[in-house]
Amino acid sequence: MTISFSGSMSALAFAALFASTGATVALAQEDIGIVVYNAQHESLGVAWAEAFTKETGIKVTLRKGSDMEFANQIVQEGAASPADVFLTENSPAMSLVDGAGLFEPVAAGTLAQVPENFRPSNGHWIGVAARSTVFAYDKTKLTEDKLPKSMLDLADPSWKGRWAASPAGADFQAIVSALLSLKGEEATASWLKAMKENFTAYKGNSTAMKAVNAGEVEGAVIYHYYYFGDQAKTGENSKNVALHFFKNEDPGAFVSISGGGVLASSQHKENAQKFLAWITGKGGQGILRDGTSFEYAVGNGEASNKALPALSDLQYPKVDPATLNSAKVTDLMTDAGLL
Amino acid sequence: MSATAFPAEPVSALRRLIIAAKGRSRVPYLWVTIVAAFVSLVSLMPLGFIAWVSVQTGWETASKLIFRGRVGELLINTALLELCTLPLTIALSVALAWLTERTDLPGARLWSMLAVAPLAVPAFVHSYAWISLVPGLHGLTGGVLVSVLAYFPFLYLPVAAQLRRLDPAIEDAAASLGLNPWQVFFRAVLPQLRLAICGGSLLVGLHLLAEYGLYVMIRFDTFSTAIVDQFQSAFNGPAANMLAGVLVSCCLLLLVIEAVLRGGERYARVGSGAARPADRRRLGHMVIPAIALNAVTAALAIGVPFVTLTRWLYIGGAEIWRIDLVGGAFGQTVVLAIAGGVLATIAAAPMAWLSVRAPGRLQRILEACHYYVGSLPGVVVALALVTITVRLVLPLYQTFATLFLAYIMLFLPRAMVGLRTSIAQAPVELERAAMALGRTPFQAVRQTTMRLAAPGIAASTALVALGITNELTATLMLSPTGVETLATKFWSLTSEIDYVAAAPYAVMMVLLSLPLTFLLYVQSRRATGQ
Repeated sequence: MTISFSGSMSALAFAALFASTGATVALAQEDIGIVVYNAQHESLGVAWAEAFTKETGIKVTLRKGSDMEFANQIVQEGAASPADVFLTENSPAMSLVDGAGLFEPVAAGTLAQVPENFRPSNGHWIGVAARSTVFAYDKTKLTEDKLPKSMLDLADPSWKGRWAASPAGADFQAIVSALLSLKGEEATASWLKAMKENFTAYKGNSTAMKAVNAGEVEGAVIYHYYYFGDQAKTGENSKNVALHFFKNEDPGAFVSISGGGVLASSQHKENAQKFLAWITGKGGQGILRDGTSFEYAVGNGEASNKALPALSDLQYPKVDPATLNSAKVTDLMTDAGLL
Repeated sequence: MSATAFPAEPVSALRRLIIAAKGRSRVPYLWVTIVAAFVSLVSLMPLGFIAWVSVQTGWETASKLIFRGRVGELLINTALLELCTLPLTIALSVALAWLTERTDLPGARLWSMLAVAPLAVPAFVHSYAWISLVPGLHGLTGGVLVSVLAYFPFLYLPVAAQLRRLDPAIEDAAASLGLNPWQVFFRAVLPQLRLAICGGSLLVGLHLLAEYGLYVMIRFDTFSTAIVDQFQSAFNGPAANMLAGVLVSCCLLLLVIEAVLRGGERYARVGSGAARPADRRRLGHMVIPAIALNAVTAALAIGVPFVTLTRWLYIGGAEIWRIDLVGGAFGQTVVLAIAGGVLATIAAAPMAWLSVRAPGRLQRILEACHYYVGSLPGVVVALALVTITVRLVLPLYQTFATLFLAYIMLFLPRAMVGLRTSIAQAPVELERAAMALGRTPFQAVRQTTMRLAAPGIAASTALVALGITNELTATLMLSPTGVETLATKFWSLTSEIDYVAAAPYAVMMVLLSLPLTFLLYVQSRRATGQ
């Protein structure tokens, strides 16, 4: 009895091992098409990939991660990188990869689809979408006259304990890189020190907005589309929230360019270029207009979602996306104790 | 002549057989030791990695990254978390174990099952449930509350098992010497629970250091969350590696503290016969608060996840059950869990066999390596493997091989525990007899010991599989492109605060964990003959 029980147990164990090894091998050998390191929101990445595959029959496999994680990862992987395409939420990660010389120049036809201010002049990568910095505030607590005039005002002791941000996120780090580019290292370092005193850290911009809505803090420095996305769904996490655009070419009015690029090491360059052309063309930009991402479209003559204020009215500061320095930002934020 | 030769013949034949068997059996000891030593070497890799990057980083940069305000904050957070959570967890689990094992508490069997059940809910699902219910819950208070509820079964299980095993004669002696029931408990019972409490607390303490998801949701920064923050900002930069170094030091410190507190006292019972089963103490009018304690604990630890999950499922309706997504993640999780469970058990087998069959100084050192690696947080092991594969063995980078290696390392101790006990119960004479009958040593072990140890092998595999099902950080950092487990999918959805769509993944994780948790419960009772 015991023998037959243990016999069957070991038989079961071996069967399980073989079955799962087989399944693992099957998983590993499945045709994965082009590999996209997608630091964009997963839902947007999936929407783009599915529509592209449907139209062209080219399979797309997404790997998820965050901007700087992927950028540093690609640099370390070097020529052996399994990635064909890199999509980010912000520009600094693109600059990092470009600085290491790992991008294939974007096809001329693709470049022509996007205006010059939304892509670096060397044409090594291209803007695929844009997002604006906002101060999302609790409209039951703050009236318009009490709002900060500039993002720099949030360093003032009067704002202690009243605002939130997601410092570990690539979004906020891109905003800091714009601040660095506009106001220099010293001003940025002291602003970050004051921020450490004043702010409350949340993980993720949506969580920060949720905290504003719940009355935990009065405002949060985030990007605009979290609010519109939630409003389009249930509005449950943003019913007490209003957006304040700093405008006036303030660092807090920074518009961040999400980038896309083809890796020089790619084994599927042709399909990768097709994917990039598709995202910046009618198909991809149309998903920005009609979908639920609420990011700004950047393609020539492409309209953004109707719910959004026009990008051209936002009075955002001129920042060259190619010069944003991510490594310096991480160092400054680590020094300030934010990371 | 023939009369004297006749009796000598069988003796010398037997002796020849024994010598032959011994001569043969030396071969597997050597080979098995070599294999076990190899596994130990591999498990030393993360520690070697930390040392290597520290040297590479250089003292100046390293000290700048280690001795800074942020690390101080994290150390204070970690210390507070351990110091608040552990005493509460110990008090709660000792109280529950005593009530369910040693009193006439109505429904004791049911309450004891409910005290183990929270294990079926992954820690980060506990915190997801809590922040859904109390959105403002955060920081140390929130962290301690959820940690106690998620981890107290780790202490309840060994303490309850130990309580069942105690010889009531000692308590009788204490009472006859004039101690009142409370004094008996604190002076006669509690000291005998020392090993169980130390071991359980170590396990809980290590989980507090390693857990990532729970504390991100509850917004309490620990080394694990800070390392992932750094990883996301700069991949495997020096800052992340130095934080990992500090975290590993914290783990080692816990191991040392436990070893010191455990002490060297002897707890074994001496005397003839077996201990009689202990009487259950009458609760009398205390029965109401006793039931209340059990009921409140169950409500907070199981009721809250159950209610919030049901609520999200109800709100989501049928449309959140995208069978292609949920089913796909479920399938991949099951495959990873089973394959990882089998591999970890295979990797642990040589050491488990050696530690029973040939204990010695070398074996003890090798065994310590097997156990220490499991005390490392997933984020540290993953960071080490990412860096090593990307810099040195690129073909293994982002492959199943690396992911499984991480799983083996993280769950090696789980595999060892079940294997060791069941191998110890298989008599060595059977192996010898099998060899004497002409089997090669490996055939002998496989056909005798391994068969008898099958239930233990199954339990080890199940324990590791349970761990893999709920593993988050290493899976996020190491998995091959395109692999999505229930845990990683759940995580990405909750990060976009899509709590509704995340619910099915949480439910599937709980459903997968339930049978394994039940197995654990049954095993712990069987170990004490019930």
